[in-house]
Order: sequence, then C-alpha cells, then structure tokens
Amino acid sequence: MRLPAGQRNSDPLGTSWPQRPSPAVWFIAPALALIGLFFLLPVAGALLLSFTDFDLYALGDLSNLRFVGWRNYRLLFQDPLFWTALKNTLYFVLVGGPLSVGFSLGAALLVNHRLVRCKGLFRTVFFLPVVTTLVAVAVVWRYLYHPRYGLLNYGLGLFGVAPIDWLGDPDWAMPAIILMAVWKNFGFNMIIFIAGLQNIPVHLYEAAAIDGAGPWRQFRSVTLPMLTPTFLFVAIITLIGYFQLFAEPYVMTQGGPANSTLSIVLLMYQEGFRWWNMGYASAVAFVLFAIILAATLIQLRRRRD
Amino acid sequence: MRRIAAALLYVTLIVGAGLTLFPLLWMVSVSLMPATEANLFPPRLWPRTVSFDHYADLFTRLSLARYLVNSALLAVAVTLISLLFNSLAGYAFAKFRFAGRDRLFRLLLGAMVIPAQVAMLPLFLLLKQFGLINTYGGVIIPGMASIFGIFLIRQYALSIPDSLLDAARIDGASEFRIYWSLVLPLCRPILVTLAIFTFMGAWNDFMWPLIVLTDSDLYTLPVALANLVGEHVQDTELMMAGSVLTVLPVMVVFLALQRHYIAGLMMGGVKE
Repeated sequence: MRLPAGQRNSDPLGTSWPQRPSPAVWFIAPALALIGLFFLLPVAGALLLSFTDFDLYALGDLSNLRFVGWRNYRLLFQDPLFWTALKNTLYFVLVGGPLSVGFSLGAALLVNHRLVRCKGLFRTVFFLPVVTTLVAVAVVWRYLYHPRYGLLNYGLGLFGVAPIDWLGDPDWAMPAIILMAVWKNFGFNMIIFIAGLQNIPVHLYEAAAIDGAGPWRQFRSVTLPMLTPTFLFVAIITLIGYFQLFAEPYVMTQGGPANSTLSIVLLMYQEGFRWWNMGYASAVAFVLFAIILAATLIQLRRRRD
Repeated sequence: MRRIAAALLYVTLIVGAGLTLFPLLWMVSVSLMPATEANLFPPRLWPRTVSFDHYADLFTRLSLARYLVNSALLAVAVTLISLLFNSLAGYAFAKFRFAGRDRLFRLLLGAMVIPAQVAMLPLFLLLKQFGLINTYGGVIIPGMASIFGIFLIRQYALSIPDSLLDAARIDGASEFRIYWSLVLPLCRPILVTLAIFTFMGAWNDFMWPLIVLTDSDLYTLPVALANLVGEHVQDTELMMAGSVLTVLPVMVVFLALQRHYIAGLMMGGVKE
C-alpha cells in the first residue's frame, strides 16, 4: 500500500520515468553530511597530512607545505619517545584492561547473585564513578596519591608500608593511573555483564544442578560459555577506549615522571597542538588507528575460532 | 550455610561500595575544610569546622559561574542537535527501504573503530578556515551527529510496526509529520537514554574543548579545572571544591534519570 508504487503505475511509459527520490534521503542526509564532513573527511585528511611536513610554518602560510612521503613514519619508528609512548600505552591496555574487565565481572556476579537484595542500590553505587568527570576525579586521586598528605600512603602506613611517591616514581606512576582507571570504569562493563547474566536461561542452571554440578562447575560450564558474546563486546570497547588514554596523564602527571606515563594520544597532542608538528602528529594518530584496528580484528577472529 | 554465604556476599558488597564511594566523599569533605587543613599529617577525614570559603572563592575570584554556564550551554546544545539528526537518520535506516541501505549502515558501524583523535588535527585546520576555532560552534560541531546514536535509535525503531506507519500514510500524513508525531513519541525511552548519554559525554568531554578553546572566557568546567590545577596546585581545598562543582551537575542528572539510563545501556549491550 505504499504511495510510490501507485505513482509508478500512473506513469504511462512504465518505469522509464525518473522516480522521485526516496524520502529516506532527507532523513539521512543531515546526519551523513555532518559525519562525512566533520569526521570521515578529516580522517582522510589526516592520512594525507601524515605524508606532509605540515608544521608551524605551514600553519602560517600553506606554500611552506611539502609532500615528504613516508618520512614522518620513518622518523616515528626511530623516535625513542614514540616507543616509550607505545610501551606505556600497551602497559595500560594489557594490564589495566583485563583488570577492569575482571573487576566488572566480579561486581556483576556479586550484584546479580540471587541472595542479594537492593540490587539497584549497589548497581547505582558501583556505576557512580563512570558518570563523574575524568578531570575532576583525576584531581581528587592526585591528592589521594600525595606522598605526604594522601590517604593512600597513610592507610598503607598503618600496615607498616613505607610511603610511596605514587605519581613521582617512574615505576609507580602507571600502576597508580591504572588503579584510578579501574575505579572509574569498572561500573560500565559491570552493567553490560549484568545484562548478559540475566539473559542466561535459568533452566540451564537447573539442568546443571540435576547433573550434580556445584556452584564453581556451573560458573565454568554454564555462565562463562554463555557470556562469550558479552565478553567479546566488553573486550572490544574496553580495548578501544583504553588505547585512547589521555586525560589521566595530562592532568595527573603530564606524561612524567621520566615519560613513564606518556601515552600515544598525549604524544600526538603534544606534537600536534603544542609544537604544531601536525604532519608528524597525524602519523602518530594513524599508527594508533592501525594498532586499534589490528587489535579489534584479532579479538573478532578469536571468537570465530 | 545459606546465611553465611549471604553474609559474606553483603560484607564484600558493602566494603566494595564503601571503597567506590570513598574518593567522592573525601572530595566533598576536603572541599569543606578551612584553608591548609588538607595539608596536615596525619590526614584528616572530616573538616574541623565547615567552611564554604573555597566555593565562594571559586565564584567571586575565579569566575566559576561563567564556566558552569559554558558547560551547560554546550552540553544542552550538543544533546538537542544530535538527538534531532540521529533520530532522523536512525529511523530512516530502520524503516525506509532504499538501495544500498544495509551496506551504508555496515560501513558506518565499521567506522566506529576509528578513534576520534585521528580526525582532530585536520578538523582543527578545517574549523580554522571557517573561523570557528575558539568559538562555541567549534566545540559543538563534531558532536552534532554520532554513529553510535544512529545505531541506538535504529535498533529501537526496528520494533515499530510497519502497519502503523502505512496507516498514517494512507491517512495522508507527510513523512516528516509521521516522524515527528508518531515515531518520536514511540521512541521516547531510547531518546531519553541517548539524551542522558550525550549530555554526560559532552559535559565530561575534555580533549576537544581543550584544543578548540583558547580564550578562558569560553572554557568549559573540565578545561578550566585542568587549568586551575596548573596554577593553584597548593590550594588543595580549592581544587576539591572545583571538582565537586564539576561533578555535581552530571551526578544529579544521572541520579534523577538513572532508571532510563541503565535500562538503555543494558539494551544496547545485549543486542549483538
């Protein structure tokens, strides 16, 4: 009963007459135009930019811009700072990511346990850090980590642990940032795990119990396998998010001490927006993109196997 | 046995909840301490006398009201604009048939793996050409439509029965009219979810406003706060008061509307 069909029938020559454009065009065009112009086009632009020597001089006068081929990428791979940033970012992703997901799953299992009441209250409390402003809580955690007046060292001191200069010691700065990130983020994945847990049919547990499976066995043979799609989703969004580490080191350490918390995005920001080496910074951004893409594809492939 | 298990569960949950809330409660507590009380050893949990001096200071000396207004204005603008464009597109992807629809949609979803930072350098140059650097417009532009928002609305709009839309067409309603008075009300739950999501994202956003805004009159709260950290490192109580005021509005929005928000999140997480 669609109107366009009726119009086509009224065309005496059959179908040769050009049809009116589908109304879908008018609905989709604004969003697509915005995404195309302000996201996809700049992404393509970044690729081009990464093959030029765009710097402060080019910013002033475009005639100073030159095409330099792969030079930015060659320089990048010879730059010890880039390798440091890559190592730090991988540290954050590979340690902080699984830790976050582990805490999320643990919290989800606890909150969702059938013996627990006021599930909504606990869910809300654990979710609260997620909605807070990263810059603000980074300021708070910086103070928690204060070597002299911070409560963390005070608390550890009660157990006889000597004060640690959390953000001033190259060995401790990244673990400190990871701890804060886990606190800030675990509630988000917890919600997704709870949704996944509630989707597991109860009869599977009943069947397992009849077969004599205890709680641990049920967890391993029913819960974990049934959560596989949820795990994949959580792993991918966590991975993509954690590779973009920026505000935590920007506010808490400025990438220090001794570059021990310099992340890839922070390096890109400094090169691009502080020193205006935008060609070089674009190369940094594209290497990050390539890494995220590869990591995502590996995750997706693992599901198929 | 059951009792012990329940007790253990509750103890773990309550300790966990306490640890989760602690940094936030401590932030509030320290923000109320008189100057320099935060720099004492051993650290104090509660202020000896409650002082609102730092809050007053933020408003009188550090023009915090200005940043609050900037943040609120920008977050509301991004939310309303993106809601309109995302719902138009999301509805069309769900309910119109046109050539290449599914391929286009898959392409958009694929583009979600591209980190936003990749676009930032050329976007900065593009906006500079338009004279939009250091303006509200420059902050809003990248948020005016989002692939995630389109995706969320499409998934929800799929459940609208075609017969309902066709009936409206037979009654002679225009396509826009159908969208405005039929589809939008039906999509209300997901629109609320997406609105909260977008508002919080825009309010908390840091990197892009930091790049675009150079004039301190236009700063959003997170940018102003990060700037404050550089200048007033020693005034711990002042920093905490600034943090409280930055976090408070999103916290209130979340607590007031959390039912919608969490329900929407669970829906989005389960699908696919």
